[in-house]
Amino acid sequence: MSTKVKKMLFILSKATIENAYAAFVMANGARMEGIESEIFFTFFGLEAIQKKKLEHLHVATVGNPGMHIPTMLGGLPGMEAFATKMMKKEMEKLDMPPIGEFLEILSDSGCRLWACKLAVDMFHLKEEDLIDELDGILTIGDFYSRADQEGCQLLFI
Amino acid sequence: MDLNIAGIRLDVTEDGYLTDVSQWTKEIGLEIAKNEGVEMTDRHWEVVSWLQEQVKNDVALSVRGIKKSGVLNIKEFYALFPKGPLKVSTKIAGVPKPKSCI
Repeated sequence: MSTKVKKMLFILSKATIENAYAAFVMANGARMEGIESEIFFTFFGLEAIQKKKLEHLHVATVGNPGMHIPTMLGGLPGMEAFATKMMKKEMEKLDMPPIGEFLEILSDSGCRLWACKLAVDMFHLKEEDLIDELDGILTIGDFYSRADQEGCQLLFI
Repeated sequence: MDLNIAGIRLDVTEDGYLTDVSQWTKEIGLEIAKNEGVEMTDRHWEVVSWLQEQVKNDVALSVRGIKKSGVLNIKEFYALFPKGPLKVSTKIAGVPKPKSCI
């Protein structure tokens, strides 16, 4: 049994914890199968690679029907923090690493991590604001050129 | 499924993992490694026996567990078994395929 997928390219554009984990689990899962993987962090996805912010990502309690919390209640102060705490507890039970450790695992596993140049400029970020594991800051064109072989798949999250 | 290695008939799962760990010998491990395109070194064997020990002690194998192991780091693990470290190393070790996604 072998897959025709040779490389998975992910674009993470959101800062919610569930989106970050979706990208990380899939990128790591690819490497575990011997498939190359890379993640391009853009717009709010950049929160996941900012040293000061990455451990403070939240689950979305407003506008997220999957949470089964009425939208009005989801917006109450402390709701997001509470839901996030519960979710982190469940994830720890499954041995899912926190964001910072997950990024180290990805980098050590050979997953390339890129920041979007346009978004970095827009949010006035400097390289020292971003994690040490980052492979570089790219334009979207540069990122497309990473799809350099047969069997590349690109996913927007 | 059946697999014939070194003149011994072995029961294996659909994706080639031994179903009976006690059937494992180093020769069998070597044959599986050849099929997987892995050239075994002393370090490979060290990792394989460590994995067997972990499974014997009922430790669930995961990449995160490798990071915490102190025996080898993730970079080395990938360097030894580039085509999928957990998947390939456990097959060579004759232990069940890990179910972890991380």
